[in-house]
Amino acid sequence: MKKNWPLWEVFVRSKNGLEHRHFGSLHAADAEMALENARDVYTRRNEGVSIWVVESKNITASNPENNGELFEPAQNKIYRHPTFYDLPDEVKHM
Amino acid sequence: MNDPQQAIREKQFEAKIARDEKIEPKDWMPEKYRQTHIRQISQHAHSEVVGMLPEGNWITRAPTLRRKVALLAKVQDEAGHGLYLYAACETLGVSRDELYEQLHSGKAKYSSIFNYPTITWADIGAIGWLVDGAAIINQVPLCNTSYGPYARAMIRVCKEESFHQRQGYEIMMKLANGTPEQKAMAQDALNRWWWPSLMMFGPTDAESVHTEQSMKWKLKRKSNDELRQQFIDQTVPQAELIGLTIPDPDLKWNEARQSYDFGPIDWDEFWQVVKGHGPCNKERMNARVSAWKEGEWVRDAAMCYAEKKAAKKEVV
Repeated sequence: MKKNWPLWEVFVRSKNGLEHRHFGSLHAADAEMALENARDVYTRRNEGVSIWVVESKNITASNPENNGELFEPAQNKIYRHPTFYDLPDEVKHM
Repeated sequence: MNDPQQAIREKQFEAKIARDEKIEPKDWMPEKYRQTHIRQISQHAHSEVVGMLPEGNWITRAPTLRRKVALLAKVQDEAGHGLYLYAACETLGVSRDELYEQLHSGKAKYSSIFNYPTITWADIGAIGWLVDGAAIINQVPLCNTSYGPYARAMIRVCKEESFHQRQGYEIMMKLANGTPEQKAMAQDALNRWWWPSLMMFGPTDAESVHTEQSMKWKLKRKSNDELRQQFIDQTVPQAELIGLTIPDPDLKWNEARQSYDFGPIDWDEFWQVVKGHGPCNKERMNARVSAWKEGEWVRDAAMCYAEKKAAKKEVV
């Protein structure tokens, strides 16, 4: 049976001190090839100092249809933000 | 799903785009949005990939090492752009193999400009200057398009594209300042590439079928005619600067419009090339199809090897 090269997601750290960020995806037969291809496709102009690849099927993503129950509860918890607390003007820098 | 509910969803969807919010792969979208994006993004990807062919023709014959490394890097960029765009397109639920199949069977289109031959070195200059120049004007507004993965791919593409145009213009400049033969070669390339470059912006607004919907979805921000005018206005002074003549006897500055008036475009030629009767349509497709077919055993072998290695790892 014919098998196509699987899809990989590519994450690149643009310089030390910064996090890896999702750059895009590509096809490769295995992880090693995915790294090599990622280097050629996504870092031709010094865009990175480190690359992660992960096969796309291993990523579990939240469903936007559930965004309400996932993210809305945070909206009315304004006491999690510093501006919720009233302090006298004399208190500076807090 | 029943119809009123569908209508509400579509209304919410359109409102989201109107608010400049992005649509991401897993978000709900109307089927027409999905199909239109698959068509446009894949057509764009195919153009990048087929676009490597006319320029690849001159890599081994570039006049100096400096020109050769630049051309190699440019052609490699086109491959990269094709890959960014295929990946963006796949997020809409179509496979890479299906996309190639659509290209190879002629079902999907690619930019007609790549069906013209590159017969002299000056053509490489003209392509960078004019074809990439036109592409930039078409592509910059897409960095803000509504579909997230497409917009992100376009930002990357646009960043890389300006080197392409500059390397092309530099080639033309050098030839235009060279011997009379070299200058004639540059002029000849401009003569042959000028009109096809103007056609890259697509049919006139009156003839364009997709404009209204595309504007709403931010697949387009300016009309074909507006973009074409922008290209002409920016390119004419560049030609004058290096002493080349735009091959259009009707071209003249219109003080009132603050723009150039230009002569009629041969749309019959455009449609002929679109329909597959350009000088190189067959050659381009043959090159793509044979590259795909002859590469099949390599792809299969790599897959086999990967599976064998993975199986070994499991045993240990």
